[in-house]
Amino acid sequence: MNIDLTRRGFLRLAGAGVAATSLGAMGFGEAEAAEAAHVRAFKLTTTTETRNTCTYCSVACGIIMYSKGDVKAGEIAEIMHIEGDADHPTNRGTLCPKGAALKDFVKAPTRLTRPRYRAAGATEFQDVTWDEALDKIARAMKDDRDANLVQVNEAGVPVNRWTTTGFLAASATTNETAWLTYKAVRSLGIVGFDNQARV
Amino acid sequence: MSDTAPQPTTAAANPPVQPLESNLLPSDVVRISATPDVPQPTRQLTKVAKLIDVSKCIGCKACQSACVEWNDTHPEIGENIGSYENPHDLTPDMFTLMRFSEWENPATNELEWLIRKDGCMHCEDPGCLKACPAPGAIVQYSNGIVDFIHDNCIGCGYCVTGCPFDIPRISKVDHKSYKCTLCSDRVAVGQGPACAKACPTKAITFGTKDDMTALANERVEDLKSRGYENAGIYDPEGVGGTHVFYVLHHADKPSIYSNLAENPRISPIVEGWKGVTKTAGMAAMGVAAAGAVLMGLFTRNKVEPEEEEAAERLVQDREGI
Amino acid sequence: MTNAWTDIKNTDLVIVMGGNAAEAHPCGFKWVTEAKATRGAKLIVVDPRYTRTASVSDYYAPIRPGSDIAFLMGVIRWCIENDKVQWEYVRNFTNAALLVKDGFGWSDGLFSGYDEEKRDYDKADWDYQIGDDGYAKLDMTLQDPRCVWNLLKAHVDVYTPEFVENVCGTPKDRYLQICEMIGECSAPDRVMTSMYALGWTQHSKGAQNIRGMAMLQLILGNIGMRGGGMNALRGHSNIQGLTDLGLMSNLIPGYLNIPTEREPDWQTYMSTREFKPLRPGQTSYWQNYSKFMVSFMKAMWGDAATAENDWAYHYLPKLDVPTYDVLRMFELMKQGQVNLYFCQGFNPLMAFPNRAKLTEALSKLKLLVVMDPLETETAHFWENHGQYNDVDSASIQTEVLELPTTCFAEDEGALVNSGRWLQWHWPGGSPPGEAKNDTWIMANLFQKLRKLYQDEGGVFPEPILNLSWNYADPLDPKPEELAKEMNGRALRDIEDPANPGTTLVAAGKQVKNFTQLQDDGSTMCGCWIFSGCWNEDGNNMARRDNSDPGDAGMFLNWSYSWPVNRRILYNRASADMQGKPWDPDRKLIEWTGEKWEGYDVPDIGVTSKPGEVMPFIMNQEGTSRLFTRGMMRDGPFPTHMEPFESPIANVLNPKMRGNPVSRVFVDDAEQFATSEEFPFVATSYRLTEHFHYWTKHNKVNASLQPEFFVEISQELAAEKGITGGSRVRVWGKRGQVWAKAVVTKRIKPMQCDGKTVHVVGIPLHWGFMGAAKKGWGPNSLTPFVGDANVETPEFKAFLVNIEPAAEEPVA
Repeated sequence: MNIDLTRRGFLRLAGAGVAATSLGAMGFGEAEAAEAAHVRAFKLTTTTETRNTCTYCSVACGIIMYSKGDVKAGEIAEIMHIEGDADHPTNRGTLCPKGAALKDFVKAPTRLTRPRYRAAGATEFQDVTWDEALDKIARAMKDDRDANLVQVNEAGVPVNRWTTTGFLAASATTNETAWLTYKAVRSLGIVGFDNQARV
Repeated sequence: MSDTAPQPTTAAANPPVQPLESNLLPSDVVRISATPDVPQPTRQLTKVAKLIDVSKCIGCKACQSACVEWNDTHPEIGENIGSYENPHDLTPDMFTLMRFSEWENPATNELEWLIRKDGCMHCEDPGCLKACPAPGAIVQYSNGIVDFIHDNCIGCGYCVTGCPFDIPRISKVDHKSYKCTLCSDRVAVGQGPACAKACPTKAITFGTKDDMTALANERVEDLKSRGYENAGIYDPEGVGGTHVFYVLHHADKPSIYSNLAENPRISPIVEGWKGVTKTAGMAAMGVAAAGAVLMGLFTRNKVEPEEEEAAERLVQDREGI
Repeated sequence: MTNAWTDIKNTDLVIVMGGNAAEAHPCGFKWVTEAKATRGAKLIVVDPRYTRTASVSDYYAPIRPGSDIAFLMGVIRWCIENDKVQWEYVRNFTNAALLVKDGFGWSDGLFSGYDEEKRDYDKADWDYQIGDDGYAKLDMTLQDPRCVWNLLKAHVDVYTPEFVENVCGTPKDRYLQICEMIGECSAPDRVMTSMYALGWTQHSKGAQNIRGMAMLQLILGNIGMRGGGMNALRGHSNIQGLTDLGLMSNLIPGYLNIPTEREPDWQTYMSTREFKPLRPGQTSYWQNYSKFMVSFMKAMWGDAATAENDWAYHYLPKLDVPTYDVLRMFELMKQGQVNLYFCQGFNPLMAFPNRAKLTEALSKLKLLVVMDPLETETAHFWENHGQYNDVDSASIQTEVLELPTTCFAEDEGALVNSGRWLQWHWPGGSPPGEAKNDTWIMANLFQKLRKLYQDEGGVFPEPILNLSWNYADPLDPKPEELAKEMNGRALRDIEDPANPGTTLVAAGKQVKNFTQLQDDGSTMCGCWIFSGCWNEDGNNMARRDNSDPGDAGMFLNWSYSWPVNRRILYNRASADMQGKPWDPDRKLIEWTGEKWEGYDVPDIGVTSKPGEVMPFIMNQEGTSRLFTRGMMRDGPFPTHMEPFESPIANVLNPKMRGNPVSRVFVDDAEQFATSEEFPFVATSYRLTEHFHYWTKHNKVNASLQPEFFVEISQELAAEKGITGGSRVRVWGKRGQVWAKAVVTKRIKPMQCDGKTVHVVGIPLHWGFMGAAKKGWGPNSLTPFVGDANVETPEFKAFLVNIEPAAEEPVA
């Protein structure tokens, strides 16, 4: 039987479990043969708490993220659990089915982890470095702006309008991201600028 | 006038991260499956209860989501079979389930969408525990929580038969029985269950049974004032009352809520297993059950991918990876 | 929201129409259940479907998608006819008494001044009569036939209960029962709140739907009240903030405007923004426009913005069309006129209408850049996913860069909730792999681009080279630095006008709030309405004191709310002409004889005397507006308009199609369906188990609602031979989708203008990426047309057909 190690490991453990419980059952009620009653160990003990708000709708429920490791202390931190913040005046600790599963959004298998590039006509992405990606974008922007910025309209009025490049801003980024984005996009003269509020 | 935000009535509070002593100890167990003469505890914990007010429930499934997250289960991604219920039944990875029924009230001709959170009722007189042949696989604490101790479970399925509410589900992966624990690990450190903490509309509340009964009575009064003259509490006597109980707008017709049992009772057969009869019955069952488990494990020639995945997780969990 | 989530507990009656709060905002909806449980409040739901919100309602009525204006104008008519009007409020706090020009009128579904060729109105007559003193004329007795009140009465006259039943499909008895329940809230001590969302905005006349309810709330005296208001439940966690910050084609932070090319210089731009009061003694707070604008220009370009160069006004782009909104951009893209496109946390392939057109448009780009925490459909639009995304990758020449960003759990900063609270959050997890904060990405990209301009020169480089960028690490600006810029600071010492010779704000110090901003270049401020969020007291957005004096639900020491920490907008209107609360149990603020004080930050000068300065301080009238003058493109009052795709003709004017002034592109007009071809009305919506197209990436939510489905009535199912749980094909003029059928009693056929109207409900949430089963979004079917004022696409009412389909072939 060709089974991988993990599967073998499972069978070994499961087999041991069956053996133990079968013995217990055969003993017809000898309490000492059974594992003593126990509740699961409380899983948040010694984790680090961080206050945040839910990333989904505009109720902006307060949440507490529990992690192994502390970002504030400069450590690598992995979020193990998220639940509502009972101190928060709006949600009082409650969360909806999306908010209650925020941890699985953070850890979604389809989270992006590295910049990727798709060439014209290609059927796959390929990994690139951040520098390669940003250099390519900056070059493309400059070339397009230099070629297509409308500096004056037909009446000769200065209009500094760049319509051949557009920018859609997010719906869940911070104000601080939005402000920095605003500055950069507007300084370039981009007018095809929008966010999720439109739809 | 208050100076601080009112305390949440869900008994929800922020979980502690500092090490705490457990309040739910082996010595607080009052009943153990297949184990006569359990020593009586030296202390009596206050009886607890989870109240599910069906009239406030919006069917959002936050309880399902919070339950999965807290208990680290992994429900599979199924399909839609023409309803909002997903999964389509309780599973070893989904301890609680919103059940939806569209009911046209003949008295008013109004449509009512009755949404009931299903799951373990934590019976005062638990049929699962009475039916269980495996010593120590099911225990009841003096606060009313009925908990499964999986290390002792033989996966025979008698708890399913014994349950008047059809709640426990046997895992095809590890052949053990699973159901709601009332978040015994949270209650042990003074927290309410994860579902009650999450519930957006406070349709699920948690506290002492006395407090929850008082709250339930208030809710029944409110419903009566809104024209639900048969509003009432579902806390069935046939199983000695339950530690998860409902407020229903139509307490005279529990079955309209996705077949909630009208008069739940433990099967007389299970009740009949006493003394020598039980021991003999158990001997038969124990052997048969263990055999079934072994057969199940070793004679199957095909392992489903999701079972494989679940098995790997189980191994990882056990090995503490 | 004019009010806060926590304020909903103060209401007597909740009307959820144009939304589905229990499903889309469950934890905000908690305050509805709280109001019901603690003060006996009632809940009304008006919706094409019996939703999960309806499941806990006290009264439900169905309505045909896209007919809300008729319903709302009908309720206003009923209230006027039955004297359910808060008269003192209407007379004093609305523009009911102001006189309108004689040329304004309405007939055959159209207002005066319509030009069919231009698809636009000449709005010159949609205005007040101005007296010799320069102020609007008025008649406080409301007798003059040209006063707003009498024009409104005449305008709503057509919306009889029979008209409403005929157009909306709402049974008359149900409609009248709802009128009765709403009418009770005209009493000064009874308050209704309106909770709405995209069920009202996503129509070609979305803005007028909302105006309809706002007018009703004014007539009932419910604006500015605890437990009242117009509560727009924003869909995403920070679209309020992104809109506040002007990340839109035509906006500057704080609802200032990007100039048009008809405003070539600063003087012309400012000349239409003087905002002189239309009634004596009124505040008309927008008179301070120049202070906010100059402070913004200083925040953008620092020392390069001077009085001499009109604050670098020439750096700003000037628009030739009202907006380059997303519909226009994708139209241009389809025409090959867009080369580069950025999507920062946005998935337009699923979010915009007519997916076939979107794919065609994206395929014409040279470069698409997607910054996101997740693998989005947009970033993968070129990838073949069988029937779910049936494209020929080889023929798509668009280059794509997919950049990994952090998510909420890994970044720091503030989000603005629906109630305008700016709440700070902290990172608790490390970014996965090489994922970076959006601020890092934008800074690095901008610095690379700026360097190219420095090194190579280029076209009009000044606004780029001179952009203010004073961050400790130019490649990684910190949230604190950015927040402080938005708050604003003094650039030199500012003298205190109240105490000449003393300094109000010293150079380099944060301003306290926007009242300290100047238009002489001595202050900078990125977003005036946020000013006060991070001043010399520190980060006010991080405040966490949840005390609530008077149980009023205000929480003034929790986070920071704009403007100036005010929690209920127009709260001055919660008190009568003498400054006494209309309802003593709902006190918000009151006049002590010397000043205004109470539980909230007064929305009026604290020493402005009641009876002299009226409550709506942003408006030139000092009052609210039942009649909006020329501010909306499609009329000063809402008038019934059908969706562009409708099962019946407009009963007011059968020749009208949709909104007569909505912008329609030629190709899209050809793709509008008729009810002869496509007999069923479709509407799109969210489900509570999912958030937009995000949570399908999450296994837990995917397990709770795994597969794309559509909802139909038992009657339609029987007619088409469809059984619950079987597979169906739904198709329209622009595309087709396959889904599971949910057959339900919660949708019922309606009778409208002699026709039986069936509704097909199409939830969003599925696509071809993520953990859930693959599916489609409603946008494969929806028309490419937007609201006449704001271009929000018509996702809520369109036409389709439906039939049973073979089961999906097993791969």
